[in-house]
Amino acid sequence: MARMKFLCDADRCIDCNACVTACKNENEVPWGINRRRVVTINDGKPGERSVSMACMHCTDAPCAAVCPVTCIYPTDDGIVLHNKDLCIGCGYCFYACPFGAPQYPKVGNFGSRGKMDKCTYCAGGGGPEAPGSAAEYAKYGSNRFGEGKLPLCAEMCSTKSLLAGDGDIIAQIYGERVRKRGYGSGAWGWETAYHEDIKI
Amino acid sequence: MTFLARVRLVTFVLILISFAAASAFAQKLGPDGAPNPDASVTNQGALLEQAPRIQGRIDIPDVKASVLMQPAGRTWDYFHEVLLHWAGAIVIVGTIAFLALAYLIIGRIRIEAGRSGQKIVRFKSFERFSHWLTAVSFVILGLTGLNITFGKILLLPLVGPETFSDISQIAKYLHNFISFAFVAGLVLIAVMFFRDNLLARVDVEWVRQGGGFIKSKHAPAGRFNLGEKMVYWLSVAAGIAVSASGFVLLFPFYGTNIADMQLAQAAHAIIAILFIALILAHIYIGTLGMEGAFEAMGTGEVDLNWAKEHHDRWLAETLEREGRRPSATPAE
Repeated sequence: MARMKFLCDADRCIDCNACVTACKNENEVPWGINRRRVVTINDGKPGERSVSMACMHCTDAPCAAVCPVTCIYPTDDGIVLHNKDLCIGCGYCFYACPFGAPQYPKVGNFGSRGKMDKCTYCAGGGGPEAPGSAAEYAKYGSNRFGEGKLPLCAEMCSTKSLLAGDGDIIAQIYGERVRKRGYGSGAWGWETAYHEDIKI
Repeated sequence: MTFLARVRLVTFVLILISFAAASAFAQKLGPDGAPNPDASVTNQGALLEQAPRIQGRIDIPDVKASVLMQPAGRTWDYFHEVLLHWAGAIVIVGTIAFLALAYLIIGRIRIEAGRSGQKIVRFKSFERFSHWLTAVSFVILGLTGLNITFGKILLLPLVGPETFSDISQIAKYLHNFISFAFVAGLVLIAVMFFRDNLLARVDVEWVRQGGGFIKSKHAPAGRFNLGEKMVYWLSVAAGIAVSASGFVLLFPFYGTNIADMQLAQAAHAIIAILFIALILAHIYIGTLGMEGAFEAMGTGEVDLNWAKEHHDRWLAETLEREGRRPSATPAE
């Protein structure tokens, strides 16, 4: 079975934020929730790179490990999903996440958090809702994966910087790119997320 | 050198330095004169060697989202899921085992002279209110806090995921809001009992006489003995630390970053576990461990013989102040 991963080729990312917009539109996420974001490193300096980041769907996902109600789990495809019916909004997954992926709607005073929301790899939710149902869409967003499609952010990336799909295939595509153009800033987050880097 | 000349020299040196710095940061060019992107590749490995986190600029106002990567999350995961589980279990189970052993070996410390039937006020009603405000909120905070760490191991298999989630949701809100009651109680206790918990010369004698654990010896004490004073000072210290770290967690990312939040959680958990161990010992000695001790905080009045055996100096002072003489015979 394929192991689904994300890869952002930072040497191609132009900080257009279209992946962010596509994600928000496809999944109808609430105001203030950013499942995907683009961070610019060394802004305005030589060596500036922009990296599009969302949940990396880690191997041995730390969010799933620390969750006090064990509502986060990996699927057979390596996609990390969660069940919002069980989530208590404690915020521990955000402390454990190396990529700042978990998001919380503000529901009350002080720092009280609502049920966690994060990138689902456009694969619907991890709750009891039927895949592709309206109930699932309302709670978790799109289930493109169930229709055989990849996440929209990567699918519509104009420079093909953001890659999604089987980890071996996107690693191969990235490796070919780096060899051809002669440089590459690396597969951002892979070492931390998957305990492996792409050897060029 | 005149002042003006000195200023001119410093300015000249600064200009030289800025030229050197500018050329160091200038974009490197390839052999054909075009910008060479290879020369300025930003590598995540190199960035993570410079700092524990990779942070950049982001277009949204959420500052914490500007942290691109923080591998320390996996370290915090290890702390929370491995170190805290083991250390917490060892400390709490160890304390309970130690107290059980103490009960088996020493047993319940009796009032040796028996009850006199005469009572003396040890804690006024407002003092008892403050104690129980702190105590009840502590127990609720302790149980709901332990649920976050150990609930999924101990409680979840018993009640199932849906019920456990509902319990944990309520527990989270209880923990967040009852914290204010605990802080109020802590402040009251810290202020009210401050003077009587200052160390005194009699405490040395108390230790020398075995702290009341050696039956043949008599350990003298004022209103509080050294053991109680230690409970007071450790509780005040732990209470302040646990409240401070708790408020950081209650107001997440209010002027703190992800590393501060992880540190606050770790500190909160470690101090809370040790605090629970201390209070378990405190509960033991105040109930099972000693005859006549609980009524001090229960009704507020203790038996005269109990006071004579455990707090002789305090008893003498109190009776003197009230103009009563200690007598062995019960009042008619």
